[in-house]
Amino acid sequence: MFSFESFLDLPLVWYSLIGTAIFLYILLDGFDLGVGILFPFAPSDPCRDRMMNSIAPFWDGNETWLVLGGGGLFAAFPLAYAILMPAFYIPIILMLLGLIFRGVAFEFRFKATGKSRRIWDYSFHFGSLMATFMQGMVLGTFVNGIAVDGRNFGGGAFDWLNAFSAMTGVALVTGYALLGATWTIMKTEGDTQAWARKCASYVLIYVALFMGLVSLTMPLMNSDIKELWFSLPNFYFLQPMPILSVVFFVMLWRDLRTEREYRPFFLTLGIFLMNYIGIGISTWPWLVPFKLTLWDVAAAPESQSLLLLGTVFLLPCILAYTGYCFWVFRGKASHEHDPAY
Amino acid sequence: MFSDLDPVFLARVQFAFTVAYHITFPAFTIGLASWLAVVEWRWLKTGNPLYEQIYRMWVKIFAVTFGMGVVSGVVLSYQFGTNWSVFADKVGNVLGPLLGYEVLTAFFLEASFLGIMLFGWNRVSRKMHFAATVIVAAGTLISAFWILSANSWMHTPAGFREGVDGLLYPTDWIQVIFNPSFPYRLVHMVTAAYLTTAFVVGGIGGYYLWRGLYVKHARIMLGMAMIMAIFVAPLQLLFGDLHGLNTLKHQPAKVAAMEGLWETEKGAGLRLFAWPDQIEERNHFEITIPKLSSLILTHDLDGEVKGLKSWARIDRPPVWVVFWAFRLMVGLGMLMIATGLMALVLHFKKQLFTTRWFHLWCVAMTPAGFVAVVSGWFVTEVGRQPFIVFNVLRTSDTISPVAAGPIAISLAAFVVTYGLVFTAGAYYILKLIGKGPETTEEDTYGSHGVKQPPLVTDLAAGRGGNDV
Ligand code: HDD
Ligand code: HEM
Ligand code: HEM
Repeated sequence: MFSFESFLDLPLVWYSLIGTAIFLYILLDGFDLGVGILFPFAPSDPCRDRMMNSIAPFWDGNETWLVLGGGGLFAAFPLAYAILMPAFYIPIILMLLGLIFRGVAFEFRFKATGKSRRIWDYSFHFGSLMATFMQGMVLGTFVNGIAVDGRNFGGGAFDWLNAFSAMTGVALVTGYALLGATWTIMKTEGDTQAWARKCASYVLIYVALFMGLVSLTMPLMNSDIKELWFSLPNFYFLQPMPILSVVFFVMLWRDLRTEREYRPFFLTLGIFLMNYIGIGISTWPWLVPFKLTLWDVAAAPESQSLLLLGTVFLLPCILAYTGYCFWVFRGKASHEHDPAY
Repeated sequence: MFSDLDPVFLARVQFAFTVAYHITFPAFTIGLASWLAVVEWRWLKTGNPLYEQIYRMWVKIFAVTFGMGVVSGVVLSYQFGTNWSVFADKVGNVLGPLLGYEVLTAFFLEASFLGIMLFGWNRVSRKMHFAATVIVAAGTLISAFWILSANSWMHTPAGFREGVDGLLYPTDWIQVIFNPSFPYRLVHMVTAAYLTTAFVVGGIGGYYLWRGLYVKHARIMLGMAMIMAIFVAPLQLLFGDLHGLNTLKHQPAKVAAMEGLWETEKGAGLRLFAWPDQIEERNHFEITIPKLSSLILTHDLDGEVKGLKSWARIDRPPVWVVFWAFRLMVGLGMLMIATGLMALVLHFKKQLFTTRWFHLWCVAMTPAGFVAVVSGWFVTEVGRQPFIVFNVLRTSDTISPVAAGPIAISLAAFVVTYGLVFTAGAYYILKLIGKGPETTEEDTYGSHGVKQPPLVTDLAAGRGGNDV
C-alpha cells in the first residue's frame, strides 16, 4: 500500500482540488442554469433557440463537475459527505429533481413540435431556477453551521430552511442569471445579444445588492467570521478581495454600455471568484462548519493517495479535452430551427 | 403521519426504484454506443449511404436515452449520502476512490465527446467525428468497469480490514478492484447491455420489415441484431452459469434462494416453478426436475447443495423475489437463444427478411433485454440482503439519520418525476422510430435544429427584423 502522507498534506491537497472542482461547476453550470433562468424572458422563440443551442453541446460536461464535487467529497472526505448529505436531504433532492427537468429539456425540446415545446421551455426554466435556488440554500445552510451528533448529522429535516438561506438562494439566482446573460452576450449577436445586455445591466444591480447583504449578514451572525475579517492585521490582508470585487463591478457596469462581447463574461467570473474565495476564507478550515475541520473528516491516507495518483494525470487531460470541445463550438450560436427535424 | 413507516424500508425502496430506473438507460446506451461506432465505421469504410442514414436515425434515439441516463445517474451519486450516510462513512475509504475514478476516467470523457458526436458534424472532420463516437462508446465501458467493480466489492468484499473505529480500510487495491465476483459481473453485464441493444435494434428492424417500410435499412438492422443474438445469447448462458458457480462459492445463501431450496440436499432437484414461503420455510407447490440442480451447481448428480435453513432466519435473503426474478431473467435468456436459432434457420432457408411472423416475434422481443437486466439486478441485490456489504455490514445499520417523512415524500416525487420523464422520452423515441431513417438533406445530421452550425451567423442582417 502506497501513501503520499509522509511528504504531502493530503487533506489540504484534496480540499483545494475539490474546492476547484466545485468552483468550476459553479462557473460552468452557472451559465447554463443562468440561461435557463432568463429563458422565458427572451423576446422571441428564435432567441430562445439560439440561447439553447449555445449551451446544448456543453451542459452535460458542465454538470459532470457536480458529479465530481459529490463523488470527490465521498472519496476524499467520506465523513463530511456522510454528515452533509443528510443535513441537506430535502434541498439536494429538490436540486436533483430540478436538474432532471432542466437536463431532459435539451433533448425533448428539440424533438417537440408545436405547442408542446412550451412544456419543455418551462421545464427548462423552472428546473434551472429550482436547482439554482436550492444550491444557494445549501450554501447558506453550510456557512451557517451544521448540527453534528457523533459521526452523524444531528439536526432536523428543516434546519436548512431559514431567512438567511432563502437570501443566499435568491442571491445565487441573481448571480447565475448574470453569468447566463454575459454568456449570451458572448455567444449570440443581434437582438438576442442586445436583450442580454439589457438583462445583464438590470441583474447586475440585484447581484450587487445581494452580495452586499450577504457580506454584511455573515459577520453579524457569526462572531468568528467577524473576528476573521475585521481584526487587524487580517483586515489589511483581506482588503484586496472586496476592492477587486468593486473594481470588477464598475468595469462590468461600463462594459455593458459598450460593444464589448467577451469581457463582461470574464469579469463576472472574476466577481464569482472573489466571492468564492471570500466564503472559503470565512469557513476555513471547516468542512462541516463549525464542528469538523478538513483534517477531521479526511479519508484514510491510502485512499486519498490512490485517487490523487490518477487525478494528477487525468485532471489535465480532462481540462484539455474540455477546452478542445469549447474550441470546436467557438463563435456564435445559430438560431435557425428546422421544423422538419 | 409517517411515523409508522420504516425508514430503512423506504430508503431501500427509493434506492431500488432510482437505480433500477437508471440501469435501463445504460443497459441500452452501452450497447448502442458501440453499435453506432460500428455503423459509422462501416459507413466510412464502404461509403454506403444506408449506414449513414441508420446512424443519423439512431444517434437521435441515443441522445434521448443518454440524456435520461445522465440525469438519473446524477441522482444516484448523491443518494449514497442522502440515504445511506453511515454506509458512506464506513466504506468511503474503500469505495470512494473507485467511484472517483469512474468520474475522472469515464463521465467526463462521455459527456464532453457526446457534444461533438451530436452537434459537431459540420465542425470537425468525419474522422474526428468517428473518433468522438468511439470515445463515447469507450467511456460507457470504462464507466461500467468502475461501477461494477464497486458493486461487486459489496458482494464479495476483499482487500480490506476493519479498523478499531468500525470503519473499513483498504489493504490491497488490486484485491479491492479485482474482487472475486467482478470479472464475472463485468462480462455478464456488458454482454447483457449488448443483447439489450441487439433486441431493440432487431425489434425496430422487424417492425419496419413487417410494415414494409425502409426495407433496405431494416435488413441491415435486423441482420446485425440477429448476428448478436445467434452468437452472443448462448455465450450469455455460459457466462451466467460461470457467474452462478462463483456465487455459489461466495454467497451460497443467494444461490439457495435462486433455487428455492430450503433443506440441504444431496442430488437436489431443479425447481422449475414454485411458490416459496419465507415464514413457513417451504415451497407451496413445486415442479421439480430431479437431480438437475446438483448437476448444474456441483457437476455431480449427487452433489450436496446447501438449503436456506442452514442460515439463521435473520441472515436469509427474501426468497420470493430472488427466485422469481431469476426465472424471469433465465427464461428471457432462453427466448433470446431461441430467437437466434430461428434466425439461423431462416437465414439458411433464405427467408430471414420475408418471414412475417418472425418479424412480429422480434417486435415482441424488443423489451426483453431491459426486463432481463432489471430482473438480473434484483436477483443479485436482493440476494445479498440482509447485508449491504456481504457478511460485513448489515443494510439496516447503515441508513442515514433521516426520518421516514422526507424519504416517503421524496420517493413519491421521484416516482412522479421519473414517470413523466419516462413517458415523454418514450413518446419522442417512438416518434423518431416512426419517422424512420430516410431523412432529407435539410434535416441536417445530428444538428439538433441548427441547420449549419456556422462560426458566424448573419442573423441581424438576414432575418433579425422578424424575430422580435
Ligand atoms: C453497467 C453500467 C452502469 C451501472 C451499473 C451504473 N451506471 Fe451510471 N451510468 C452508466 C453506466 C452504469 C453509463 C453508461 O456510463 C451512463 C448511462 C448513460 C450515461 O449517460 O452514462 C451512466 C451515467 C451516470 C451518471 C451521469 C454521468 C454524467 O454526468 O455524464 C452518474 C452520476 C452515474 N451514472 C452514477 C451511477 C451510480 C452511483 C450507480 C450505482 C448505484 C450507477 N451509475 C450504476
Ligand atoms: C445498476 C443496476 C442495479 C440495480 C437494478 C440495483 C438494484 C438494487 C435493488 C433492487 C436494491 C434493493 C435491495 C433490497 O433492499 O432488497 C439495491 C440496493 C442497493 N444497491 Fe443496487 N442495484 C444496481 C447497481 C448497484 C451498484 C452499481 C451499486 C454500487 C456501486 C449499488 C449499490 C446499492 C446500495 C448501496 C443499495 C442499498 C442498500 C441495500 O438495500 O442493500 N447497486 N440495488
Ligand atoms: C441465460 C441464462 C442466464 C443465466 C444462467 C444467468 C445467471 C445469472 C446469475 C447466477 C446472476 C446472479 C449473479 C450474482 O450472484 O450476483 C445473474 C445476474 C444478472 N443477469 Fe443473468 N443470467 C442469464 C441470462 C441473462 C440475460 C439474458 C440478461 C440480460 C440481457 C442477464 C442480465 C443479468 C444482470 C444485469 C445481472 C445482475 C448483474 C450481475 O450480477 O452480473 N442475464 N445472472
